[in-house]
Amino acid sequence: MTDAMPAGDRKPLAPPVEDTGMIGWARKNLFSSWGNGITTIVLIVAVVWVLNGFLEWALFTANFTASTGSECRGGGACWALIREKFRYIFFGSFPYEQHWRPLFAVIAMLAMLVLSADRRMWNWRLLVIWGIGSFVTFLLMFGQIHIPLSLILFVALVCGGAGLALRSALATPSERMAYYALIGIGAVGLVLRILGVLPKWSIGIAPLSYVETSLWGGLPVTLILATYGLAFAFPYGVLLALGRRSNLPLIKGLCVGFIELIRGVPLISLLIMASVMLPLFLPSGTTIDKFLRAQVAVILFAGAYIAEVIRGGLQSLPKGQFEAADAMGLNYPQKTLLIILPQALRVVIPPLINTFIGFFKDTSLVLIIGIFDFLNTANQALVDPNWAGFPGEVYLFAAFVYFIFCYSMSRYSKYLEVELNKGTRR
Amino acid sequence: MAATARDLSKAESVIQLKGVNKWYGQFHVLSDINLDVKEGEKIVICGPSGSGKSTLIRCINRLEEHQRGDIVVHGVTLSNDVKNIEAIRREVGMVFQSFNLFPHLTILDNLTLAPIWVKKMPKKEAEEIAMSLLTRVRIPEQALKYPGQLSGGQQQRVAIARALCMRPKIMLFDEPTSALDPEMVKEVLDVMIELAREGMTMLCVTHEMGFARAVADRVIFMDRGEIVEQNEPEEFFANPKNERTKLFLGQILHNH
Repeated sequence: MTDAMPAGDRKPLAPPVEDTGMIGWARKNLFSSWGNGITTIVLIVAVVWVLNGFLEWALFTANFTASTGSECRGGGACWALIREKFRYIFFGSFPYEQHWRPLFAVIAMLAMLVLSADRRMWNWRLLVIWGIGSFVTFLLMFGQIHIPLSLILFVALVCGGAGLALRSALATPSERMAYYALIGIGAVGLVLRILGVLPKWSIGIAPLSYVETSLWGGLPVTLILATYGLAFAFPYGVLLALGRRSNLPLIKGLCVGFIELIRGVPLISLLIMASVMLPLFLPSGTTIDKFLRAQVAVILFAGAYIAEVIRGGLQSLPKGQFEAADAMGLNYPQKTLLIILPQALRVVIPPLINTFIGFFKDTSLVLIIGIFDFLNTANQALVDPNWAGFPGEVYLFAAFVYFIFCYSMSRYSKYLEVELNKGTRR
Repeated sequence: MAATARDLSKAESVIQLKGVNKWYGQFHVLSDINLDVKEGEKIVICGPSGSGKSTLIRCINRLEEHQRGDIVVHGVTLSNDVKNIEAIRREVGMVFQSFNLFPHLTILDNLTLAPIWVKKMPKKEAEEIAMSLLTRVRIPEQALKYPGQLSGGQQQRVAIARALCMRPKIMLFDEPTSALDPEMVKEVLDVMIELAREGMTMLCVTHEMGFARAVADRVIFMDRGEIVEQNEPEEFFANPKNERTKLFLGQILHNH
């Protein structure tokens, strides 16, 4: 047909008028038939009616200025309650005059998260960002940090080892010498420390007053539990998923057993076990911070779920990818880190972020063992007899804050999918 | 130009299979395979589907494990020792039917990955080698694209270049043109013929009989896990001895 007609004779036709513009769109999508038209009108009326009622309550008759609960009564929403209590809801029982500390801790954590969301930071910079971010966060929250000598030596050993392992192909001789020096100092120091030659010594950084974890509350608690919970659960979940596909029966059995065990019990029971039963098993005299125990429980639980999500990604890869990597002579770690995981993780971004969002909200279950996370402090704000009787406002406010975080994650998931698939699709 | 003119009798043998047997469950997929490949020899393996020809070459770089017999590649006997396997895989390049390029890496990164990580080659040097190989397979302009943006024929040529990047002594081809649209078969075969003329030792599972005639020193016919017949290409096609060979050749030559 194109051959029969010279190109010059074909004039591009404008699309029919009834298909374009607002009216065209509405006619096509909303009023294409009698049934559709009626449904559209009914739904519009319903939405307007509900929205009208909500705005009436939340804005037009709402009270923003009352100083006690009784002044609020009779009208619409009592936002004065939030105004009165927001510092408690956000920061819990943290000493009142020190509230700037959890505020900046939250800002530091958010900055850390936003920076690490950028793909260009996914290299050594990520370690620096998390190192500094975590240090600032916990220094602000605790007020004082004591870094024991053994930890410093251990970090030196790990850094040297990691540098040598990861950069063996690229390092210059002097760089390599630095790694060997780190390993040497770390290993010798640790041995001497264990033998008791080196004293029990720690670097104390104590610019602020000490605030113990039982006083922490509100948003920083939720953010710490979720951020570090997922930050540790993710690599742990990857290892579990790889272990579950291992050819070695012992490793495979352990991973399957762990995943099934953890998935089979509610998070609440795990938290209660961590808070009530674990201390019974520990030798008397040793105590592990309750907050830390809850954190570990969250990590274990999230790890099992993340592992199964990632396993789905691993199974979606064609066998040929494994074979091609094998045939090139890549060893197992190289194959896994360079070929398998980058592809498997891309596939599972939507379910993975789904799991992350679920766990962000599930951290609120720590209220069971008396940790004051954001939802729990919101709940506690209702206890004040002066302000009794306004649960709707408080929970709506809490829901709004949770929504901001969860929706950000959801948008980030979308961005990541597009970003990582750039160029790989036709 | 037929390779028969070359004298291979004095060449060193680089692959030896002695009494190799393999089973998938009860199914005897390789039965008593004996094969000796000389340096620089080009062997074409053909046979009906399910005859074990792919399994045979996949045993040579241990993508499949054989159960009985010995496979010796460049003096190294294949065993469960990971070091042995990795040593052999460094010497043996492989090209797959379904290309198996890494879709998340650019063409250039696909090529430089193994030299950098397995051979610990500096990145710059690896990239130079990669570019020269891409030029050789006639697609240097695609270096920064991703595999998904290339046609099947281009992808298979990249796969060949990727295998060559490791400077292998032996190349295995597992039905390299079977997944290609007909108009792309030639561009891949041309690259393989060129490679053959440069003296690479090649084992190629293929039904491209034109390719076999052009470069093969020996054509092997496999059926039901056995090597039924092997001969120089001219003799093989002109005077097949075994009934099964005749039947098979009748079928595939008829179709072409």
